[in-house]
Amino acid sequence: MFNIEKYSKVKSVSEAVSLLEKNPRARLIAGGTDVLIRLREGEEDYTELIDIHDLAELMDIQKRENGDISMGAGVTFSQVMENAIIKESIPVIAQAAGTIGGPQVRNVATIGGNICNGAISADSAAALFVLDAVLEIERVNGARELPVREFYLGPGRVALEHGDVLKAIIVKQENYAGYGANYYKYAMRNAMDIATIGCAATCKLDGEVIEELKIAFTVAAPKPMRAQTAEDGARGKRVTDENIEKIAALVMEDLNPRDSWRASKNFRLQVIRILAKRVITAAIEDAGVQR
Amino acid sequence: MRETISFVVNGEHYSKNIDVRLSLLELLREEGLTSVKHGCGVGECGACTVLIDNTPIDSCMYLAVWVDGKTIRTVEGEIKDGKISQVQQSYIDAGAVQCGYCTPGFIMTSTAFVEKHKGQNVDRDEIRKEHAGNLCRCTGYETIICAVESCLKD
Ligand SMILES: Cc1cc2nc3c(=O)[nH]c(=O)nc-3n(C[C@H](O)[C@H](O)[C@H](O)COP(=O)(O)OP(=O)(O)OC[C@H]3O[C@@H](n4cnc5c(N)ncnc54)[C@H](O)[C@@H]3O)c2cc1C
Ligand code: FES
Ligand code: FES
Repeated sequence: MFNIEKYSKVKSVSEAVSLLEKNPRARLIAGGTDVLIRLREGEEDYTELIDIHDLAELMDIQKRENGDISMGAGVTFSQVMENAIIKESIPVIAQAAGTIGGPQVRNVATIGGNICNGAISADSAAALFVLDAVLEIERVNGARELPVREFYLGPGRVALEHGDVLKAIIVKQENYAGYGANYYKYAMRNAMDIATIGCAATCKLDGEVIEELKIAFTVAAPKPMRAQTAEDGARGKRVTDENIEKIAALVMEDLNPRDSWRASKNFRLQVIRILAKRVITAAIEDAGVQR
Repeated sequence: MRETISFVVNGEHYSKNIDVRLSLLELLREEGLTSVKHGCGVGECGACTVLIDNTPIDSCMYLAVWVDGKTIRTVEGEIKDGKISQVQQSYIDAGAVQCGYCTPGFIMTSTAFVEKHKGQNVDRDEIRKEHAGNLCRCTGYETIICAVESCLKD
């Protein structure tokens, strides 16, 4: 049995918000693939639960009239991978979703839980960063929007205050239309493993010239990061092997990987360098230039 | 803390008042469905895999109350009219069972996979990827993949 001391199943986001407001110890549970493991491990932080599992309000994926795509926070990774809108317009999210855990995990783990737990290895994070996703967050006195780039504060820490519920993740049309994209997860095993380094890029070309490149990494700094210096350096450059090499070398300017039992700092630096080149090349190819 | 939930397991209707702290694994084993195995208890090994609305999930990290209104399948229900299923038979024929502890979980993952991909041309990598949530310490997986492949063909 899980060490749950208080439990309420809610029927709406507004109910969740008001219950959170009343109880400072209450925490949300969605897919539970993180919360239930923490409970198993005896963590005391998650003993009072507000259950948003399977809440229909959080499971919608739609393309709005203006072309923006909205994904409910409660959508599972398997739903992300199979959804027609996502596969058609933002397939890099589906690609990232496919690298998570194994099928049983993907069938219950939610995209909202993946970023709200603040893990620096979250596989959806790099893709959401390069798509400049915007988070719709609900609270007692109204909703707010926050760019995903401002969401992470440090390892395990995000810009959610007690009482906040992530409702949806929005990807604006201007941030996906005309872009090629790619995600690569480097891990020690091909499945059921946490990323050693994750890297996503989106790229927009004007003929053979890079108009805009966005590149983000996970586990390469104390929080998921865009490599801004490389992005600035890429603007206006022709697509050549030499230029890709130069842009890839610039990513280090913004990153600071750590030593851990999973991998040494030096090894991570090596992986970052290789992935930068590989993912930039793949995003350029996806945007239409054969390399 | 208790809740009353209704669900179907292997075609049988249940309505029960349960402790909300129970995992689905514990609920099913208490009901005598001991094909559902407790391995790691933390979502890594797949020994506890059951199908919920035909989708494989790890019952060890799934609250029992979440099955309200849902349909569950375990290995016990795969035997129809005294005959084991095609997937079960293929595991036997391929020699894909050794100690057997992982087998019920694997059978459920394979069953969902075969029902989804029947008749399609699926490569071995895809079979591996879709069975990556199940661990086996004995067989080395090769025979398991052969078993699944043989089910897709006929
Ligand atoms: C075996 C296994 C393998 C895994 N492999 C991977 C992997 O490869 N890559 C990866 O990135 N992760 C992996 N994970 C971690 C985990 O599955 C994911 O991070 C998952 O997406 C978490 O989502 P959830 O819905 O299960 O979260 P939950 O456990 O329900 O919640 C996680 C956290 O987010 C909060 N939360 C959830 N929903 C909301 C919301 N709408 N608003 C505000 N806060 C919310 C909860 O309060 C909690 O703090 C793995 C986990 C396991 C057990
Ligand atoms: S016992 Fe559930 S995954 Fe290992
Ligand atoms: S047969 Fe022994 S663990 Fe798979």
